[in-house]
Amino acid sequence: MKAKIYVTLKPSVLDPQGKAIHHAVETIGYRGIDDVRQGKYFVVTVDGSLSPEEARAEIERMARDVLANPIIEDFHVELDSDS
Amino acid sequence: MKFGVVMFPGSNCDHDTYHVISKVIGQPVDFIWHRQNTVADCDAVILPGGFSYGDYLRTGAIARFSPVMGAVKEFASRGGLVMGICNGFQILCEAGLLPGALLRNQNLRFICDHVNIRIEATDTPFTNRCQRGQVLSVPIAHGDGNYFCDVETLAELQSENRIIFRYSDADGDFTTDANPNGSLDNIAGICNRERNVMGMMPHPERASEQLLGSADGRIIFYSLADTLAELAKAS
Repeated sequence: MKAKIYVTLKPSVLDPQGKAIHHAVETIGYRGIDDVRQGKYFVVTVDGSLSPEEARAEIERMARDVLANPIIEDFHVELDSDS
Repeated sequence: MKFGVVMFPGSNCDHDTYHVISKVIGQPVDFIWHRQNTVADCDAVILPGGFSYGDYLRTGAIARFSPVMGAVKEFASRGGLVMGICNGFQILCEAGLLPGALLRNQNLRFICDHVNIRIEATDTPFTNRCQRGQVLSVPIAHGDGNYFCDVETLAELQSENRIIFRYSDADGDFTTDANPNGSLDNIAGICNRERNVMGMMPHPERASEQLLGSADGRIIFYSLADTLAELAKAS
């Protein structure tokens, strides 16, 4: 089973990297882009020892304590039981 | 009285800091290895600059889980003096010993330059030898020094006089130009509510000998030494 964790800056936090990318893609000529926010994406392979509920709880705890800094970032966990 | 300088894998200002404490201000100092779960007999602990654990994930994010940080937290909760310089400041924020976080510099560049910082509070163990409004010339060297916190925390830092250093021009004015990294309210250093834990992005240890271009930074170490001497006398 794989867990996907998306970590993004909170909307209230300025994202200079996203801004630079936004500016770059506009300059290159991509149209219709209103905003770009950059984040982090983690793929975690979970061994079979935990139930899906336990795995989700464990991954969410890890995301909150380690992968994201709750002062500046939000996170979102997806569990993919097919892979 | 004894100073302790923590060594994380990836610390690179540990020896500079040790040198300034032992050779410039002439005080006893020991290294504290990151795997130690005690700060031993140290009376002040310094988390030096560098790139602890490669700064993977976020600056300071992994360092805060190292065994020594449990000891540093316990030491701080007993009123022990803790100072974080650059990466050390980032670690203290990640560890929750100081509020807020250090974001990527607004201009996205790693900045290595001399800057001016103005002393905003002298009622701390780290700045008691300074004058309020005094301007120090000290270097910065960081890619993530853009101080951020929420509105409530900023109001608290301001009203409790916990902003210790602000980036300024040479005359002590807080211009936008003098803010190298986009920090909120030109913040270069803050302390906790109890005023025994302080973090700063500039490097006073790199400005403690005139040979290196400025000796302004050593007043921070002298202040700390004065505080420890007072504490020793009182006990």
